[in-house]
Amino acid sequence: MQIFIQTLVSGLVVGCLYALIALGYTMVYGVLKLLNFAHGDLYMVGAFVGYYVMRWFGGPSALVIPAPLLVVLMMLIAGLGVGALGMGIERFAYRPLRNAPRIAPLITALGISFILEDSVLLLFGGYPRDYSASDYLPFSGSIHIDGVNIWSVQIIVVAVSVVMMFGLRELVNRTLFGKSMRAVASDREAAEMLGINVNRTIALTFFIGSAMAGVAGVMSGLAFGQITNVIGFLAGLKAFTAAVVGGIGSIPGAMIGGLVIGLCESFSSSYISSQYSDLIVFALLIATMLLRPQGVFGRPPLQKV
Amino acid sequence: MAPIGVDEWVARSGDRRERHGGWRGGFARVDERLGWWPRLLLVGVAAFVYGEFIANGNINFAQTGFNVVLYALLALGLNIVVGWAGLLDLGYIAFFGAGAYVYAMFSSHAFGNLAAGTGGVILPAVASIPIAVVGVAVLGLLIGLVALRLSGDYLAIVTLFVGQAFAEAVNSVAPSTLGGANGLFGLNNFQVGNAMIGSTIGYYWFAVIALLVLMALLHLLDTSRTGRAWRAVRDDPLAAEAMSIPVNRVKVMAFTFGAAVAALAGTVFAAQQSSVFSTNFSANTLILIYACLVLGGAGSISGAVLGGVVVTVAQQLLTSPLDSAYLFYGVLIIALVARVRPWRHLAAVVAGIIAFGLATRAIVGAISARAVAGSPGSAGWFAHALKHFVIVPSGSPLTYGNVLYIVAIVMLVVVVQLKGVRRLIAVVPTVYIGMCCWEARLTLDPGITAQIMIGAILIVTMAARPQGLLGSRRVEVV
Repeated sequence: MQIFIQTLVSGLVVGCLYALIALGYTMVYGVLKLLNFAHGDLYMVGAFVGYYVMRWFGGPSALVIPAPLLVVLMMLIAGLGVGALGMGIERFAYRPLRNAPRIAPLITALGISFILEDSVLLLFGGYPRDYSASDYLPFSGSIHIDGVNIWSVQIIVVAVSVVMMFGLRELVNRTLFGKSMRAVASDREAAEMLGINVNRTIALTFFIGSAMAGVAGVMSGLAFGQITNVIGFLAGLKAFTAAVVGGIGSIPGAMIGGLVIGLCESFSSSYISSQYSDLIVFALLIATMLLRPQGVFGRPPLQKV
Repeated sequence: MAPIGVDEWVARSGDRRERHGGWRGGFARVDERLGWWPRLLLVGVAAFVYGEFIANGNINFAQTGFNVVLYALLALGLNIVVGWAGLLDLGYIAFFGAGAYVYAMFSSHAFGNLAAGTGGVILPAVASIPIAVVGVAVLGLLIGLVALRLSGDYLAIVTLFVGQAFAEAVNSVAPSTLGGANGLFGLNNFQVGNAMIGSTIGYYWFAVIALLVLMALLHLLDTSRTGRAWRAVRDDPLAAEAMSIPVNRVKVMAFTFGAAVAALAGTVFAAQQSSVFSTNFSANTLILIYACLVLGGAGSISGAVLGGVVVTVAQQLLTSPLDSAYLFYGVLIIALVARVRPWRHLAAVVAGIIAFGLATRAIVGAISARAVAGSPGSAGWFAHALKHFVIVPSGSPLTYGNVLYIVAIVMLVVVVQLKGVRRLIAVVPTVYIGMCCWEARLTLDPGITAQIMIGAILIVTMAARPQGLLGSRRVEVV
């Protein structure tokens, strides 16, 4: 039972992070029909921004501000910074290619992903950085359930993710921006004819998606400790799997998909073998592709001629 | 030139109108008139001349020559899948790796006792190469069958996962046969009877012959019914299906052929290295092959080969401080000459760069002598020539170079967005800062610089010339 709860909690934490990244994938795919390979690397950049914010305020050992404020600042700065970066990438790399053949922006996205990864390597070096979150968010503040310690960071991750996901749902369903985003996603040309500012909508979508990836990066640093410049690749791949499992283009699908992938990974590594957890996630992806290609929540696409 | 339809002829009328005069036009006309087979002969002659040049020369030159031909081979295989059939296959690296591993297993003690170095199945190259190629082609067929159900982007991500899964599988599954993280080593050389290839130069020749034969075969394939079917499926699968092209079969064929070519390249790679490691087949290598293909021009045989040559040679140049300076300033000058027209604008920009650089350096030098006391990262006469031009602080602190790197990228983006005179003015400080950044930071980490260069090749090619150097522009028929 103890192991079960522990596995469940760590699965939830990982799943929330995947869900946040998957949301960005799915939103961008929704409005642009573009697979943004660089999205996982935005998550990595977010983790680095958060790390340097933490260092700037006195590092893990000599903090000059209270720890809760630090965590808020880390997430805020990483979210805004990475959001702006994502918006910039859209503006300068993807927008000129909007009418190019489908393969062109995909290859550009590969190039961006490569450049982000190696720029971080150039600027900050390849050795792992440690958030050392237990120094300023001690385990002593943790909750005990049935002999299992639930660390405050794990609660923060789940709480922040849930708040952001619900915020996003309200944003998409209730606001004018959400309406125009849905309109652009369903038919860009028609939306443009109806007077929706398509460029601004796409830019904002990129901003929100990237900001969520940035916050997820900070939280991954807090929860798992070490970050390097290559963490984005695998996380991005798994988050994309989450988006596909849930149904790409569907926002609740991305959340559920993220949780499913996270739990799957966590349970398979504690009950089967940690070596094969990646392969199990991959098998899940293939199974979804073959059995229900539109995903759990997706609708099969209509092919226009 | 191949006969083309009326639609295409009309769509190309713009191209014909904007044809260049002068030496560029003359070059383009000669290039157009040159048939395909004479071109192949040119490649052969170039490869032969280089082979003679390295025969008694430096081993590095031989290795570079081999790498060039290897990446040309890989780009040719990728061209079948990506360039002709239009399937974004990001698991291509797995086929390359599988070919290398299959060859390695039949040329070492993998099936026997790996630790003791005894036993196992050891086959001659005439047997193991076909086994590798056919086996991997079947693997490609299977993956292609799964891929049939996926369109465009889904295909890309599933194949990316396949590539990742391959590297992980050879690393962790059955370490007693596949060697795990230690890889397989001590592989046998290619051997037929008593004739054995025992040197890099030997493998260079083998790869060159394979490349030439493959280019000829692929050209025949390209102009055949199958080649036309691939391009039809790439341009519009729905219309192709309406024209009774078996779309699914054609796609799977492309996958299989691409996999076979990659496997062939893998066997040569494994034999030349005489070892294989799972890290040889990482995503970085995949992106490198993509850079070759995209730069040369997806969809063109000569483009794939040219891309392989350019990218591999550029990578090699970056490893030496003097050669990398030639590369950087060469590309800079070519970019300026090609993009800044007419000549008086170019002269003004160059004069502006020199004046701006000298003035900035004088001002910074007057404020702090230490800020300009460092020496440039380039070697040879570049270092002497630039010592009194670029700003490199003494000891060349990393922070300075890092800040310059970010500033240079931001300014580059700004320059691309500006138009007319403003762009000309903005080019001046951008080039100067780029030079400072190069001398103070990028030359210090040639490995990372090479990776950044590959990413930049992908982005710049897609933005400036999506058809690559030699590819033909896609005709969009509305």
